[in-house]
Amino acid sequence: MKKSVFLGALTVAGLAAGAAAAGTLDDVKARGKLNCGVTTGLVGFAAPDANGNWEGFDVGMCRAVAAAVLGDPAAVEFVPTTGKTRFTALASGEIDMLARNTTWTFSRDVDLKFEFVGINYYDGQGFMVPKELGVSSAKELDGATVCIQTGTTTELNLADFFRSNNISYEPVPVETNAESQQQYLSGACDVYTTDASGLAATRASFEAPADHVVLPEIISKEPLGPLVRHGDNEWGDVVRWTLNALIAAEELGITSANIAELGAGTNNPEINRMLGTEGTLGEMLGLEADWAKKAIMAGGNYGELFETNIGEATPIALSRGLNAQWTNGGLLYAPPFR
Amino acid sequence: MSDVSFVRTEMLPQQSPPASSVGFVGWMRENLFSGVANSILTVVSGVFIIYTLWFIIGWAWSPTWNAQSLNECRAILHDLGREGHWAGACWGVINDRWEQLLFGFYPNGTEAGVADMRWRPILAFVLLGFALAPVLYAEKVPAKMIYLTMAYPFIMPWLLWGGSIWGPIMVAAGFVIGYIGYRVLSQLAGSLIALILSVVLAVAWWLFAAGGIAGMLADLTPALGLEPVESRKFGGFMLSITIGVVAIGLSLPIGIVLALGRQSDLLIVKSLCVGFIEFIRGVPLITLLFVASTLLNIFMPPGTDFDIIMRVFIMVTLFASAYMAEVIRGGLAALPKGQYEGADSLGLNYWQAQRLIIMPQALKISIPGIVSTFIGVFKDTTLVSVIGLFDPLNLTNAIRADSDWNGIVWELYGFIALLFFVFCYGMSRYSMYLERKLRTDHH
Repeated sequence: MKKSVFLGALTVAGLAAGAAAAGTLDDVKARGKLNCGVTTGLVGFAAPDANGNWEGFDVGMCRAVAAAVLGDPAAVEFVPTTGKTRFTALASGEIDMLARNTTWTFSRDVDLKFEFVGINYYDGQGFMVPKELGVSSAKELDGATVCIQTGTTTELNLADFFRSNNISYEPVPVETNAESQQQYLSGACDVYTTDASGLAATRASFEAPADHVVLPEIISKEPLGPLVRHGDNEWGDVVRWTLNALIAAEELGITSANIAELGAGTNNPEINRMLGTEGTLGEMLGLEADWAKKAIMAGGNYGELFETNIGEATPIALSRGLNAQWTNGGLLYAPPFR
Repeated sequence: MSDVSFVRTEMLPQQSPPASSVGFVGWMRENLFSGVANSILTVVSGVFIIYTLWFIIGWAWSPTWNAQSLNECRAILHDLGREGHWAGACWGVINDRWEQLLFGFYPNGTEAGVADMRWRPILAFVLLGFALAPVLYAEKVPAKMIYLTMAYPFIMPWLLWGGSIWGPIMVAAGFVIGYIGYRVLSQLAGSLIALILSVVLAVAWWLFAAGGIAGMLADLTPALGLEPVESRKFGGFMLSITIGVVAIGLSLPIGIVLALGRQSDLLIVKSLCVGFIEFIRGVPLITLLFVASTLLNIFMPPGTDFDIIMRVFIMVTLFASAYMAEVIRGGLAALPKGQYEGADSLGLNYWQAQRLIIMPQALKISIPGIVSTFIGVFKDTTLVSVIGLFDPLNLTNAIRADSDWNGIVWELYGFIALLFFVFCYGMSRYSMYLERKLRTDHH
């Protein structure tokens, strides 16, 4: 069996090599499934439930793209990736897109030859301390012991922050988020630092969340977004405009509740263009006319995705903050659908 | 004179030993309280053990089996008046996720249009028990069961991955063709030529005929097959056991061949074996897994999807084989030279001598080392979590990523440790049984 599978795999490899040149969009359509890279588990962003169905904010992005391209939000093969395997998985073509809370940085975009299609969550590194410490600002943390995940950008940001403020700290290196929670709760470190969304999720899991405060300072910019391989611009456009459609839908007031009604035609030409009742935007992308409608119906618009997975009604209870629409003082600003 | 005697003439009746040196009290005096220092140590360790057990049992005894989330566990314990970080375990997570920890993402009937297929891995592992019986307990089961053992390597992949039944049958047919070819050819030509030709015959069958014929037969009889299941659905203990069984099952024969190759007089064979063993042993398993997961992808044409679990099988098997080869070489080195000379003097050829004289003794000597390697390989399967496969340890991360269970650590790791302990302890006890059974020194 092994041998035949091996040989079979080699044959498939040969065939697939020929097909790969056709472009990711055609590959996905031919396969009938989108291979979407996600994390192996991050609260609110991607996690399998007891039956193995993936749920979360990043997962919603994958499902929206699958719905736009294939018409079926369930036509996704979720490929769990770790921080170490994510980029090779994308570069080698094992996955078609990566939606795995990955920070958009210069070197990842330019040197690693990826294309970030946009930003679906503006995050930043923050600090959490026990309330009894009586600290109200990160600048008062001189001499504190800090639990920090090794080998991450958070580690470097922390060093930069303390150096530029001329204060000292003692790092307690930990490997995983679960370990740092245990260390922090047992008092092995005074301060716990990671992305603000992670801090909120961690704090929500504590027995007495009110005994811990998240300090106001955000010491880094962590724009998280989906990314695709360099050089396949048609596919990049599909993912980029799916994300833009979700954001614009919120701005235009298109929700999963009223989309069927709006999809029949409205007085607003931009909604009509987006939902495919006017113009040929879908055709330009190589998709069907109602691609954006399907993408929005998969899990709702950006705001709905946010509220169901990480919003204030969930245990994680993140406020929109920077992730509000530009009309509400946030940074979300989708280019026009024209 | 007088009959006064100073020598006792009759025997005194035997008396029972003093009460303080027999029974439980005597045992305690002898073993636990035989001196001041030992008494102090006994008391101190006793207190320590009782305190630890009290703590652990108090924590584990927690009526939270039906809780739906960590907060619900806390509410239940709060109602019982138990507070704090160590108030009690939250067993609801095990109740909610034990099936996932055992089967990973194997179809469980909740997905629309996909049946519950978990009977397949269960059947595969039950059959594994039967297939191993003739090997492990040769004298206690009917000899005919060895046919099941021979068929098992083809049944297991079919059950786990599904697909048409003709695939595994055609692969098995290759072995039959090779065997028949060897029998026929060895009467016409020398045994070495027959061996080489029959291997070529079998490989040719696999390469050029097996796939096509299996495909044709599968089209003719589509009913004779199981629903295919992708490797990505494998997870939890099922993944660990599958990797462990494949690596253990293949590494022993490969290890024996490598060990013999290393002792061979043929220069090329010897240097190939030494090079392979030293290279693999010089590299950490985690590196090999990264090569399997990332580097192979870069070398292969873009868009290639060479099954990740198959890559892991190959790497773990190679790794285990190199260690196995050295363990068996140890057994070979421990055999006195007289055994080899005795085999020669009986006129046995190389393979006969190995099969009848050398290997039975060398393997017997190596049993503890072989079983340690097996146990090590089984535990090393958890390393696949670094390349994103959902072994039980990586699943704990995924489970914690559910906001219901975020923050649960000990319950999950305790459950996993318990299951690993059962398997590893079982293997270890079996090796001790085997050593006793094969003991020939009659002490």
